[in-house]
Amino acid sequence: MKNPLIACMGDAKKYALLSPVFVVGEVVLEIFIPFLMSKIIDNGIDLGDMDYIKRVGALLIVTTLFSLLFGMLAGICSAKAAARFSRNLRQAEFERVQTFSFANIDHFSTAGLVTRMTTDITNLQMAFMMIIRIAVRAPVMMIAALGMTCFINAKMALIYVVIIPFLTIALQLIIRNAHPLFTKVFHTYDKLNEVVQENLLGIRVVKSFVREEKETDKFNHVSDEIYRLFSKAERLLAFNSPCMQFAVYTCILAISYLGAKFIVGGTLTTGQLMNLISYATQILMSLMMISMVFVMITMAKASAQRISEVLTEESTIHNPQNPVMHVADGSIVFDHASFSYGGSKNALSDVSLTIPSGTMVGIIGGTGSAKSTLVQLIARLYDTTGGRVLVGGVDVKDYDLQTLRDAVSMVLQKNVLFSGTIAENLRWGDANADMTQIRHAAKLACADEFVEKFPEQYETYIEQGGSNVSGGQRQRLCIARALLKQPKILILDDSTSAVDTRTDALIRQAFQTEIPDTTKIIIAQRISSVEQADMILVMDDGQIVDSGTHEELLLRCAIYQEVYQSQQKGDDTNA
Amino acid sequence: MREPKRSMKFDKFAAKRLMDYIFKPHKAAMCLVLVGIVVSSLANVAGSLFIQTLIDDYITPMLGQEVPNFAPLVGGIAQMAIIYYIGVAANLLYNRSMVTIAQGVLKEIRDEMFEKMQKLPISYFDTHPYGDIMSCYTNDTDTLRQMITQSLPMAFSSLITIVSVFFAMLYRSIPLTILVLCVVAVMFFVARTIGGRSGFYFVRQQKDLGALNGYIEEMMDGQKVIKVFNHEEAAIRDFTRLNDQLCQSATNANRFANMMMPIMANLGNLMYALVAIVGGMLAVGGMGGLTLGTIASFLQLTRSFAMPISQISQQANSVVMALAGARRIFTLMDEVPEEDHGDVTLVCVEETGKDLKETTKRTNHWAWKVPEGTDFTYVPLNGDVVLDHVDFSYVPGKQILSDISAEASPGEKVALVGHTGAGKTTITNLLNRFYDIQNGAITYDGIDISRIQKPSLRKALGMVLQDTHLFSGTIMENIRYGRLDATDEECIAAAKLANAHSFISRLPEGYQTVITGDGADLSQGQRQLLNIARAAVADPPVMILDEATSSIDTRTESLVQKGMDALMHGRTVFVIAHRLSTIQNSDLIMVMENGHILERGNHDTLMQQKGQYYQLYTGAFELE
Repeated sequence: MKNPLIACMGDAKKYALLSPVFVVGEVVLEIFIPFLMSKIIDNGIDLGDMDYIKRVGALLIVTTLFSLLFGMLAGICSAKAAARFSRNLRQAEFERVQTFSFANIDHFSTAGLVTRMTTDITNLQMAFMMIIRIAVRAPVMMIAALGMTCFINAKMALIYVVIIPFLTIALQLIIRNAHPLFTKVFHTYDKLNEVVQENLLGIRVVKSFVREEKETDKFNHVSDEIYRLFSKAERLLAFNSPCMQFAVYTCILAISYLGAKFIVGGTLTTGQLMNLISYATQILMSLMMISMVFVMITMAKASAQRISEVLTEESTIHNPQNPVMHVADGSIVFDHASFSYGGSKNALSDVSLTIPSGTMVGIIGGTGSAKSTLVQLIARLYDTTGGRVLVGGVDVKDYDLQTLRDAVSMVLQKNVLFSGTIAENLRWGDANADMTQIRHAAKLACADEFVEKFPEQYETYIEQGGSNVSGGQRQRLCIARALLKQPKILILDDSTSAVDTRTDALIRQAFQTEIPDTTKIIIAQRISSVEQADMILVMDDGQIVDSGTHEELLLRCAIYQEVYQSQQKGDDTNA
Repeated sequence: MREPKRSMKFDKFAAKRLMDYIFKPHKAAMCLVLVGIVVSSLANVAGSLFIQTLIDDYITPMLGQEVPNFAPLVGGIAQMAIIYYIGVAANLLYNRSMVTIAQGVLKEIRDEMFEKMQKLPISYFDTHPYGDIMSCYTNDTDTLRQMITQSLPMAFSSLITIVSVFFAMLYRSIPLTILVLCVVAVMFFVARTIGGRSGFYFVRQQKDLGALNGYIEEMMDGQKVIKVFNHEEAAIRDFTRLNDQLCQSATNANRFANMMMPIMANLGNLMYALVAIVGGMLAVGGMGGLTLGTIASFLQLTRSFAMPISQISQQANSVVMALAGARRIFTLMDEVPEEDHGDVTLVCVEETGKDLKETTKRTNHWAWKVPEGTDFTYVPLNGDVVLDHVDFSYVPGKQILSDISAEASPGEKVALVGHTGAGKTTITNLLNRFYDIQNGAITYDGIDISRIQKPSLRKALGMVLQDTHLFSGTIMENIRYGRLDATDEECIAAAKLANAHSFISRLPEGYQTVITGDGADLSQGQRQLLNIARAAVADPPVMILDEATSSIDTRTESLVQKGMDALMHGRTVFVIAHRLSTIQNSDLIMVMENGHILERGNHDTLMQQKGQYYQLYTGAFELE
């Protein structure tokens, strides 16, 4: 495993080190038990020494109890170590992600980050626990048992020179061949899940097109494939246990034959023979465990890799040295600003524009015209790849990030509310806001009317993802949340699409009268949402095609005219 | 789901039914497996007994001989070798057949489960969480696999071993056997106690893990909002709390689980030690007629006895869990399938003079085949739909629709308008009999739809839902989903009609572009267009359209609208409207509220009424 992961050990280190110590203790005692046993047989039973039996017997019981104690302690330590290690990893990952810029988040994707913090960590935790227990236990056990075998009868140890390589090669062959098959099996399983998932989500489509049989065929096909691959893989794996048994039995037979010879020759005792047979099982079992650990490590490797990618990812946006801690006003200047998400094509090319503080600006344009990209540069959610963006006369790269983002309030296109009460959600804008301020913000965003109809008003609990409020209500709460920041610049990125035209107009009117000094930028699909702006930007393909007032644009801008025409037939008849 | 409580109990019913799946179709193979297990276990036991023969019959006599005769020893070892290797062969044989049987059983169960599920009514899917159904196919089948391939043979072989070792022990020494039984009792007690504790904490751990993972998902989803609001520290604070909590419960759960193995192994060692000590004392004291060989072999037997017992105690939990999973699977299989008592079917017809004649050719000319006595009459498919005083409730006592009447003649357009929960979607659920009405009647071309076989009815009704639901596969395959025998040309024609052709042709792979994850790479508007094309290729006389609400940019939206308009042309259409601009030309507009029809008429008459519709239209109310 790589460095960033080991750095996360922290308070797990103590237990991660203690656990192998106890494991070694347990193993040594476990090796000692058959040895004592052989002494009892040879010196006690065979010689008829009752006193010896009692003495060594007592020692034997004490040894067993200590072995049990060490075993338990090792179990406890490894549980603690693994739980803490995974907690630390998760914590480190989460904190790391908090420093990520938008570009970093895009790079991993939301789903990718979730997997890396959930499934991958769980995998690694299991592997880690196995490693600090079994990966220590098995080799120690094998070496100790082999050592004892040599000590008791070195010639007998020669058996293992043949058997161990045989078993190692056999187990390796099985794993080598089975591993790729299992990878394929899991791949096919994903396909099966996909079929079931799509079927469940689209069950209305399936039923209304009467496609039950087609779906069943599709399912059976994948199911067959799983049957074929899985049987094949498992049949290979089924060689494991017979191979193991073959090795153990062969060892026992060889030990029995040689043992009998040695006993007759006077170089071995009956007790020692028994002892050697016990060791045979322990040695070969350990070998099997070692091969299992290798499989575990291979599987955990991918997870470890993904986690350390997050931990080593550097944020693309940093706070400058000696940052500017005050934003003078809400004026914005784009100075030959360009931006690219990576790749050859610029998303935004060479935009120059000046927006005076306190004005209202509307932005209109189709999907992919880079409207969102343009405004995200203002809060420095992305950095320009060419040119500059200035807020309050200062380059955004010179500001303290928190200062800048407190002054520039954005309502993103993908509005998210979090589980918690409405008041808690609104306080994201200002943690210290009192109820009067919260009510005021809600009123400006026209959210008060419906919030106050809820039985619990501002204490109403919002479910995860805001699923218990409608789209329009969610948008208005998000606007209220942004207003509570009392920003110098307020940006609404298509944030009123689900709000009816009348409410939309009311919100805009409130902006005009209540926060006249704030610069307002409104991205919208509907002309009616931007019609009254001081300036409207028409964007197409990463460029500002035209800008001006509604009337000016109606006269001269073709794209604007087209959009306007298409919306005239419909619901834009204002009250 | 009628799920049995999460108690740790052995589910006899599920076990028996599962055994039927395993034994009935695989009788011969299972017999072979059982024989294999018996042979393999007995070979193992024979090995433990061999020690005694080795010591007492071969080694001890040789010790007395001047010139030791090794011939009997070689014979004995050879005999043992044969027994051992037969055991190995039996092991290989049963292991390999067992995995094939297990995979066969799982396939059987999986396929049956899916096939049965396809026959369930929509109400089942509406009332059962998607995750629960999904886990029948993932977790539950997986634990079942482990149980059949591992626990089942292991349990049987353990049983054989325990029984034969027990008798072998009894035969050698009764007092030592009693001693062994006492220790075994302790082992069982410890296993139960620790197993119970560990189970308790595992449930807690799962709960905490669920909470933390839920939090992670929510925060990652809103990560950009966190950045915009400088909310990083608060997010870390809450995360830390949940993370610490999980760490605590994970420690507890794994502590007990980790202790299980060393405790059981060392209790086995303790048993071993006690047998050596007590056996030794008895032998030295000259009691019980114990020889050195007997004690040695008894010790070996003790090992063989302790092993399966600790295996069984470790497997017990997984068997119980697997059976709980099996129970959930069987519950899904036993759900009552969608009932269909209809006797009217949709058939292709040819016109011969004035009569309609049924044909197997696809004539694009359809008729209802209505049985009348022993004969049939043919009613041409026109698309005339009537709702006559319809009442409906999903749950008895909670009326969703009351007294709804409407009439749509062939080619007419009926629009449903109203707030969320007003009952618009419910009406569409009734038309294609996803749900059955309680009172009143719905007729299609004058035939009560409860008389029409569901597949025929649904073929005669097209649906475009606002949630698009595309399937993994090429775009062509997705369009063809509407009619499986449609040619490529017909699919492309449908795409042209739906206005989808131009964006599809711009994709590098065109119609062969593979869609994954419900079309995640396509925009919402493009998904809608494919949705429309899919319905267009089916070409039914009656369409139900649920317009999309999500914001699509203006240009795509007008494309979607044009596609919809083209699709509606010449058909009877029910539209659930979210934008009033699109329904002004409807023949009938019904404004709904709380399951009632509030206003009805066309655009002009409703505007004159200055009622709800007027207010909606002028933007005074929100339509959601």
